[in-house]
Amino acid sequence: MTALAASPLDPPDDGCAELLDLAARVAREAAPSEQVEAFVGRSSYTTVRVHGAEVESFTAATTAGIGVRVVRDHRQGFAWAGSLDPDVVSDALAEARDNAAFAEPDEWVGLAEPDGVAPVPFDAFDPSVAALAAERKIDLALELERMVRAGDPRVTGVRVASFSDSSGRFAVATSTGVAGTSRGAWCSMGVLALAADGDETYTGHGTTVGFRPDELDLQEAADDAVRRATRLFGARPVPSQRLAVVLEPRLAASVVGLLGGTLTGDRVLKGRSPFADRLGDTIASPLLTLVDDPTDHRSYGADTYDGEGLACRRNVLVADGDLQGFLYDSATGRRAGRRSTGSAVRGISSTPSVGCQALAVAPGTGTHDDLVAGLDRGLYVQSMTGWHSGVNAVSGDVSVGVEGLMIRDGQLAEPVREVTIASTLQRMLLDITAVGADVEWLPGGTGCPTLVVGDLSLSGA
Amino acid sequence: MIEEAVLQRVLGAALRTGGEFAEVFAEDRRSSSALLDDGRVEELTSGRDRGAGIRVVVGETTGFAHTADLTEAGLVAAAEAAAAAAKGGGGGTRTVALTRRATSRGYDIEAYPGDVAKARKVELLTRADDIARSSGSAISQVSVSYGDNRRRILVANSDGLLAEDDTVRTFFAVSCVATGDTGMQTGRESIGHTVGFELFDMYDVDELARRAAGRALTKLAARPAPSGQMPVVIASGGGGVLFHEACGHGLEADLVAKGASVFRDRVGQRVASPGVTVVDDGTMAKEWGNIAIDDEGNPAQRNVLIDDGVLTDYMWDQLRARKEGRRSSGNGRRQSYQHLPMVRMTNTYLLAGADDPDDIVASTERGVLVKHLGGGQVNTATGDFVFGMTEAYLIEDGEVTEPLREGNLIGNGPEVLQRIDALGNDFAMGPPGTCGKDGQGVPVGDGVPTLRVSSLTIGGTAA
Repeated sequence: MTALAASPLDPPDDGCAELLDLAARVAREAAPSEQVEAFVGRSSYTTVRVHGAEVESFTAATTAGIGVRVVRDHRQGFAWAGSLDPDVVSDALAEARDNAAFAEPDEWVGLAEPDGVAPVPFDAFDPSVAALAAERKIDLALELERMVRAGDPRVTGVRVASFSDSSGRFAVATSTGVAGTSRGAWCSMGVLALAADGDETYTGHGTTVGFRPDELDLQEAADDAVRRATRLFGARPVPSQRLAVVLEPRLAASVVGLLGGTLTGDRVLKGRSPFADRLGDTIASPLLTLVDDPTDHRSYGADTYDGEGLACRRNVLVADGDLQGFLYDSATGRRAGRRSTGSAVRGISSTPSVGCQALAVAPGTGTHDDLVAGLDRGLYVQSMTGWHSGVNAVSGDVSVGVEGLMIRDGQLAEPVREVTIASTLQRMLLDITAVGADVEWLPGGTGCPTLVVGDLSLSGA
Repeated sequence: MIEEAVLQRVLGAALRTGGEFAEVFAEDRRSSSALLDDGRVEELTSGRDRGAGIRVVVGETTGFAHTADLTEAGLVAAAEAAAAAAKGGGGGTRTVALTRRATSRGYDIEAYPGDVAKARKVELLTRADDIARSSGSAISQVSVSYGDNRRRILVANSDGLLAEDDTVRTFFAVSCVATGDTGMQTGRESIGHTVGFELFDMYDVDELARRAAGRALTKLAARPAPSGQMPVVIASGGGGVLFHEACGHGLEADLVAKGASVFRDRVGQRVASPGVTVVDDGTMAKEWGNIAIDDEGNPAQRNVLIDDGVLTDYMWDQLRARKEGRRSSGNGRRQSYQHLPMVRMTNTYLLAGADDPDDIVASTERGVLVKHLGGGQVNTATGDFVFGMTEAYLIEDGEVTEPLREGNLIGNGPEVLQRIDALGNDFAMGPPGTCGKDGQGVPVGDGVPTLRVSSLTIGGTAA
């Protein structure tokens, strides 16, 4: 029969204990010849959107759901439901069992097994998130809108200013003895400013995020939105050329995320990664060191357990430009002859897959201004569009639309729009000529400084 | 899904704090999917999601709450939460009389996917894998996915509307990787329609797999795309996303009202070349963006947005239309019961012209032929957009010559509409798409004839 191990850490509260108990009950239903995993989550959120000094919408809700994975004879089946009602849960288990019969067997398929790695507790669940009164959330969003409108006479409006918070708990338990539960809470605000001058209109986005409401920096978000919306007036395409590009942290994080994705075990093993056979090779400038470390509690992607219930851990991907390792969940780890790196990511409605959780680029030297000052000619990029359509993670081809400011003689110069920059990921990594000291922890979990990429193709007029 | 008497009581609870408008949107969605990757059927997934979203409108404010609990107690609790969030001035009791509105999409689902044996779905995957792999020895990896969903919705509101819809969508995609001396290239083909398993009577899976493999193989020999401005010919069916991005989003009334559209105050004006007619049509039978009613209970419509180059109207949802004293155009859509509706496109397309598509290419001295576009993105305030070329060729002296590597095209919506200088007579709808707006995804279709834009910026790396 199957034995269920206790979670290595006590559940942080009764809500987590209840979810873990439900997950464990489902896992205990495993027949002698099968493995069962239940992933259970419950979260509450509110979103306030304001526009024109009025509340446009106020949303409040609690959602819950379960995903059940069944493995029998190395065949995997999955079912999920957006409810924790007992009949729905037993239906999901039955469906997952039925689905397993139709998959083709694979010797590596199976649930995680306890691996002895001690979890690093992470419990960012500040009570002040849940305790914040609805009126206060509305006031914050209205305040942010006011600050943006007052920020510059050319600001003609705000498309939306928003406040969101979320508190969630999840638990995972398997018939192979894995069990874990954790919780998290955060809040964030965002604003999209509209600015007009003559017949030109530009938008600028500002955000702020925190584990607690008092970590939100409204002024910074407002300043950012206003600056971005107002500095592009008169922008036009510049002639096609090759030049250096300065990517501020939020944009550099996109490049880093693209790289991280190519280093996940599934793509590596299935021949979809341009770096699959490059372990130990120099793939980037020696200035680049990249880890995926959900045990770094500065990251908004920090967590105690991964999606299969194994302890999160620090994984070094690139050290001084050399490729040091890939990320694995338990199935891809087995196939690669390695252990899981605790890198299973998932939601309720999908099976775990290998993913990055808390990518972080080691800081270099110099402020953003220093990096700009170091360039005779370059482009400071303010925003990129078409990332999802212009980037191919298999070939590495990158081509995106950008807006920004030219850099001339170390100074920000004329604004530019309707141009693209293009290269390949492989090329860009080697072309990194500077890494800033200014690590920013972004809402997606990535910690990234400003990056300067030396030689990209700009297509313009 | 929910009894009329219960709906009436829930709407009553929603209006108790003085709401001007209240709505119950209930949804029951079942989905199934199957994935083959790396030569093996990896897994089948079944999903079930059911719940209701309740909104209450007071003045400019919408209160919204959703619940997975469809009992009367659960619905009333959500209604009270939405009412509290909207906080109207006065209290009171209003009783809403509901009138059921008949809905029809004009055709029947022939084979509900829930009634089709799972083994038949799996067979399609392995078949497509076999065909793709046998298309060339350079094909190094193949993934095939199948998906279906059945979505039943019910909308009841304080205007007395009661409407239901039952929508079935089926989807299939093949993605290939080809490996050669120059690295790896990808090719993908997908089909999706608002139909059941009869999708596979409409299409040949073998042909789809061959095309996906062929696209990856072709690109192995591709040279870097050029950079700079040049004429671009978009092939029939392959580039509807251009119009979805270049003008569709900017014609959504919610964005227009907020001053976030370059098309604000342009109704009645010439915004495109003569001959350019752009339509958004939720009634298009069996297409991916087909709906019988939108997610606010209003019937789908065929809306002409640009008629022979002149901007005729925007797209509207209930809330925006209400504020401006007009009717919704049937474009109020939402991802699920957990989301508020907003103005969304359905099937957006450009009508055919009179030109012979071969002549369009032959009369292009140097440019790019885009056979297939990937996704795109637009900044509606400036009209600047980008979209990815997933299959493109160089045109030299009126001849299609070499294949090009992937890259983005960039342009400006209002400018591109004015720069269309040839329109083919060969209209076709393109592959199924998912349109994202404010974090919500909804299924949309698009279509174009072969057409030429006199100048667009190609974002390649070659000089």
